[in-house]
Amino acid sequence: MSMAAARQPGEGRIGWALLRLWSIAVYLFMFAPIVVVILLAFNSSRSGAFPMEGFSLQWFGKLFANQSIVDAFKTSLILAGTSGALATVIGIMAALALVRYSFKGKEGIQTFLSLPLLMPEVVMGVALLMFLKFISMPRSFAVLLLGHTILSLPYVVLVVQARLVGLRASYEEAAWTLGANRLQTFFEVTLPLISPAIVGGFLFAATLSFDNITATLFWKKPGIETVPTKIFAMLRTSISPEINALGAVMIVITILLPLIGGYMVRRFAKTK
Amino acid sequence: MSSVELKKVEKHFSGGVVAVDAIDLDVPDGAFVTLLGPSGCGKTTTLRMVAGLETPTGGEIRIKGQRVNETPIHQRNLGMVFQNYALFPHKSIFDNVAFGLKYRKVSKSDIAARVKQALDIVRLPGVEERFPTQLSGGQQQRIALARALVIEPDVLLLDEPLSALDANLREEMRGEIKAIQQRIGVTAIFVTHDQGEALAMSDLVVVMNKGRIEQRGAPAEVYEHPRSEFVANFLGNANFVSGTVAAVNGKRVSVVLADGARIDVADSARAVEMGEAVNVIVRAEKIELGGGGLAGTIAAVDYLGSTARYDVTLAGGQKVTALATIRDGARRVGEAVSLAIAAEHCRIL
Repeated sequence: MSMAAARQPGEGRIGWALLRLWSIAVYLFMFAPIVVVILLAFNSSRSGAFPMEGFSLQWFGKLFANQSIVDAFKTSLILAGTSGALATVIGIMAALALVRYSFKGKEGIQTFLSLPLLMPEVVMGVALLMFLKFISMPRSFAVLLLGHTILSLPYVVLVVQARLVGLRASYEEAAWTLGANRLQTFFEVTLPLISPAIVGGFLFAATLSFDNITATLFWKKPGIETVPTKIFAMLRTSISPEINALGAVMIVITILLPLIGGYMVRRFAKTK
Repeated sequence: MSSVELKKVEKHFSGGVVAVDAIDLDVPDGAFVTLLGPSGCGKTTTLRMVAGLETPTGGEIRIKGQRVNETPIHQRNLGMVFQNYALFPHKSIFDNVAFGLKYRKVSKSDIAARVKQALDIVRLPGVEERFPTQLSGGQQQRIALARALVIEPDVLLLDEPLSALDANLREEMRGEIKAIQQRIGVTAIFVTHDQGEALAMSDLVVVMNKGRIEQRGAPAEVYEHPRSEFVANFLGNANFVSGTVAAVNGKRVSVVLADGARIDVADSARAVEMGEAVNVIVRAEKIELGGGGLAGTIAAVDYLGSTARYDVTLAGGQKVTALATIRDGARRVGEAVSLAIAAEHCRIL
C-alpha cells in the first residue's frame, strides 16, 4: 500500500489492476481443467465432452460396477497405505538418527536420502527395473511397494526432521534424568511430540504413492493396475465419460486426504 | 561426607576443544554449590557430566561414594531442572510430576500422594489437571522443580533455571529455590552466569573460567578476597588502577599513580617490591565520591534509580567506575570530584 501511495496515483492503480488480472489468469489456468473434469463427470452425455446435456450420476455407477476399476482402486489404496506406513516408520528412524546423533558419514546419508527427490522419476524407474533384472527378481506387488516407499521416503524424512530440529533436546533429556530409558522416552515423549509431523509425513507419502504413474508403469507386473495406470490404459482406447468420473473421485481423494490430515493435526494440537 | 566428587574430570570435544580441564570438586552433603562463570567456561558441561548427559573423556565422577562414569543417565537418580523448564507439553501437570515415579515401582496411591506433596512444597496445590502451557513461566519452573524433587534425588541439578524468568520473578524464585533446598536438605548443584544469584543462594561458589576452577569459597570470601583478576572482574564492578609501589610495610603497601596521587592498600595478597608496577583492585561500590585524595572529573553518569554509576577520569588520565548511593540528586557530567578509597578495600594480586 505504501509503495503504491509513493508513486503517481494513476500508475499505481493500473499496476494493481494488471497484477490482479494476471493472478486471476494464473489461477484460471491451474484450476479450470480440474473444474471441467468434475463438471463433465456429472454430464449425462455419452461423449465425455461439452456441451452439458443434463445432470447424471450414471458414470459413477458405471465406475463402481466395473470390476477392473474397483480392483485398481483397491490396489492403489493398499499400495498407498502400506508404502506410506513403511516410509513413515523408516523415515522417523532416519530423521531421529540424523537430528539427534552424530556419526561418521552423516552428511553423505543425508544427501543419499534426498536423492530420490532430485532424480528424474524415469531414471528411478529404469534403474530399479534393471537392478531387479540383475538379481533376477520378477516384477510384483512387493517391487511396487518397495519402489513407492523409496520415492516417498525423502518427504517423510524432511517433514519429521524439520519437526525434530524444532523440538528441544531437553524434553528427552528431562525424561532420561527422571528414569526413563531411551525406548521409554521415545514412546512417552518423542513420539507424541512429533506426531503432527508423522501424520503429515504419512499423508504426504500416501498421496504421492496414490498419484504416481511414471515409475509405477515401469515397476508394475502386467495385469496389476493402479488407478493412474488404469486411467492411462483407458485413455488409449477412448475418452469415455467414466474417466471423468474416475478423475473426479481421484481429485476428491487427493484433496480431501491432506485436508482431513491437517484438521486432525490442528485438533490434536489444541487438546494438548 | 561428599555427595558428589569430581576427580580430574575432563571433557575434550572433537577438534581439540577443551571444555572442562581436569576439574577437582567436592560437593558436601546437603550443600548448595554454584558453578559460576561466563558462557563457554565449562560450567554447564560439568553439570551435564554429573547428570550423565555428557560423557567425561577423563577422570572420575562419584555420587554418594559410587563411581558413576559408566552408569546410564536413567539409573543415576538425579533431579534436573532445565533453563527452559522442559515440561512435557502433551502431559498434564500430574503426569509431568508423576513421570519419574512411574519408573520407580511406586504404587498408584503413593504416586498420587507424593505428587500432591510435591505440589504443596512448590506452593502450587491443585493444578494437577492443567497443562504446562496454561501456567506462567514462574509456575512452570515450580512444576519443573516439583518434578525433579518428587523422585527424592541424590542430587538436584539446576541448569540456569532462572534465566528465562523476568527480573522480579527471578529474585522471588531464587529465594524460594534456596528455601526449598534447605527445608528438604537435598544436595544441589546450580549453574549460573549471574553473580547475584551465585552470591545470594550458595553455600559454596565455584568460579570457573576456560574449563578450569579459578576460585572456590563461601560467597563473601570469593567476593571480598578474589584471588585473580578474573574473579575480581567477574564478581562485579572491579576497577584496576595501575601505579608504582612507593612504600612497603609488611602487607601494607602504598601505590603512587601517574599523577602523583597515592592509594594505600591494607592487605596485599602477595609480596611486592619498591618501584614495581602493580594493579590495585578496588570495587566500584567501595569508591566514595567526595572527601578523598584522588582528583577526577565525571565523564559519564548511568542513573540507576537508588544508585548511580559514575565513570570518573582521574587527573592522570586513568578511568575508574564508582557506584554510589544517590542522596541529593545525581552528579553531573563534567563535575570535578575527589574520590576516597579506604585502604582495606584495596587489593593487589
